[in-house]
Amino acid sequence: MAKYLLLKHYRHNGPKPVPGTEVMMDQWTPEEITAHIDYMSQFAERLRERGEFVSEGALSPEGTFVRYDGEGRPPVTDGPFAETKDLIAGFMIIDVESQERAYEAAAELSAAPGQGGRPIYEWLEVRPFFAELQGTTE
Amino acid sequence: MHEDQVNELIRTLAPQVLGVLVRRGADFATAEDAVQEALIEAVRHWPDSPPDEPKAWLLRVAGRKLIDAQRAEAARRRREERVHDEPPPGPTEQADDTLLLLSRCCHPALSPASAIALTLRAVGGLTTAQIGRAFMVPESTMAQRISRAKRTITGERFDTPGDVRAVLHVLYLIFNEGFTGEISLADEAIRLTRQLAAATTPRAGTETAGARSVSPEPAGSGDPEIAGLLALMLLHHARRDARYTASNELVPLDEQDRSRWDTSMISEGVEVLQAALARDVLGQYQAQAAIAALHDDAPTAEETDWPQILEWYDELTRLTDSPVVALNRAVAVGQVDGPRAGLAVLADLDPKLARWDAVAAHLYERAGDVALAIEHYTTAAGRATSLPEHTHLIKQAARLRAAAQA
Repeated sequence: MAKYLLLKHYRHNGPKPVPGTEVMMDQWTPEEITAHIDYMSQFAERLRERGEFVSEGALSPEGTFVRYDGEGRPPVTDGPFAETKDLIAGFMIIDVESQERAYEAAAELSAAPGQGGRPIYEWLEVRPFFAELQGTTE
Repeated sequence: MHEDQVNELIRTLAPQVLGVLVRRGADFATAEDAVQEALIEAVRHWPDSPPDEPKAWLLRVAGRKLIDAQRAEAARRRREERVHDEPPPGPTEQADDTLLLLSRCCHPALSPASAIALTLRAVGGLTTAQIGRAFMVPESTMAQRISRAKRTITGERFDTPGDVRAVLHVLYLIFNEGFTGEISLADEAIRLTRQLAAATTPRAGTETAGARSVSPEPAGSGDPEIAGLLALMLLHHARRDARYTASNELVPLDEQDRSRWDTSMISEGVEVLQAALARDVLGQYQAQAAIAALHDDAPTAEETDWPQILEWYDELTRLTDSPVVALNRAVAVGQVDGPRAGLAVLADLDPKLARWDAVAAHLYERAGDVALAIEHYTTAAGRATSLPEHTHLIKQAARLRAAAQA
């Protein structure tokens, strides 16, 4: 089994959205939003039932950059940067048999209904976790 | 010294050295480990620099390893003991001890998160694993949080009378954690508050979980705020089934299916509240409970007694300087005197407050200013601190847009 991170973005530098799916959720109808939310929770439930679900989280859009500024000094902050090009909306961690299965799960997530009940064809970023070093590796 | 010679010498000397160590009182297993480590050193050093007295050399090195191991073991045992010293799962304590235990667990020196964890473990009787799952942190993290909390309160005074307010605050926080999986923290908070109310009632034992008080002595007569908090929890929890849709979407109070409210829980809450109010020592929990009771009492949202709710908010404003209260009061003003009056109250509050935009959006919508309402709902969604709230606010914006286009 291998763990994968499925990343959902509010915006990203990745491939262009599939034409006709650019409309953000706050422009959908309330019923379309409900249908989308329902699909997402059913998707997580399916992964749980298959024994593939690890965890998930949704992130607030506003973040701040923070760094060390020397001994005894308070942290330096910069931001919030709501306008950065790459903005993570949420994540799901799955533990699956193969990369193919990870892609299949991502595609299922990407098929969530959006405006007009059509799949959103959302680009999801799939990132494999570094695995533990195998006991038999020399 | 040749390697073969070294190995032969070692085989002869090893049991002798071990014997000496055990005879001196060392634990066999630990001593054996120490000797093994000393032998490894011997194999490394003896071929190049053979000792004058091999046995004395081995004994000295093994003895040092043993002391190192015992130090490490002692440190480990101290760490373990701190974990094992955790009070056993309750609720087996005498009722009289409930307040004492709770005030220890909710000591003001503890951070809220630590106090919550310690309370759930020591008084709530939950396992560290269960508490970890409820807060979605690893069990080891939760165990550490609990043992740190115990270290913090060691030697602290914990039996001062003022501590009951700290206890109530922690119970209130646990209640607000709601439901996150196998454990309903709201149920847990109600159970603990009931326990506290029963323990601080002179006629202890008349209050049983789930049953209404039949005693002439009201629950929590030690401090009416205990009963106030219990009432507040019951009156809110009674609406839990109507608050969320199956997919965890938030349903606002005015859209809830009131037939799904738990009427027996409401009447219990009202009863507990009335007994508390009758004692005429008002506090913020009683006032909040009174507001919840007025909402629960309305057969429809339209029939809500907003003027009375606003009076209670005025009362609450005198009792607490909480910005949440101030925001909710603006909503009540909007209901009583109209949305523009509500917006005027809101204008005096800090727009940086959490939910300020959400309240503004609601009031603009009621004032018929759709564009500003959409704008504020969208801003509020971006600032929401929970996913259900975020989704709800986005949907509010979407609903207004859809209506404007139609």
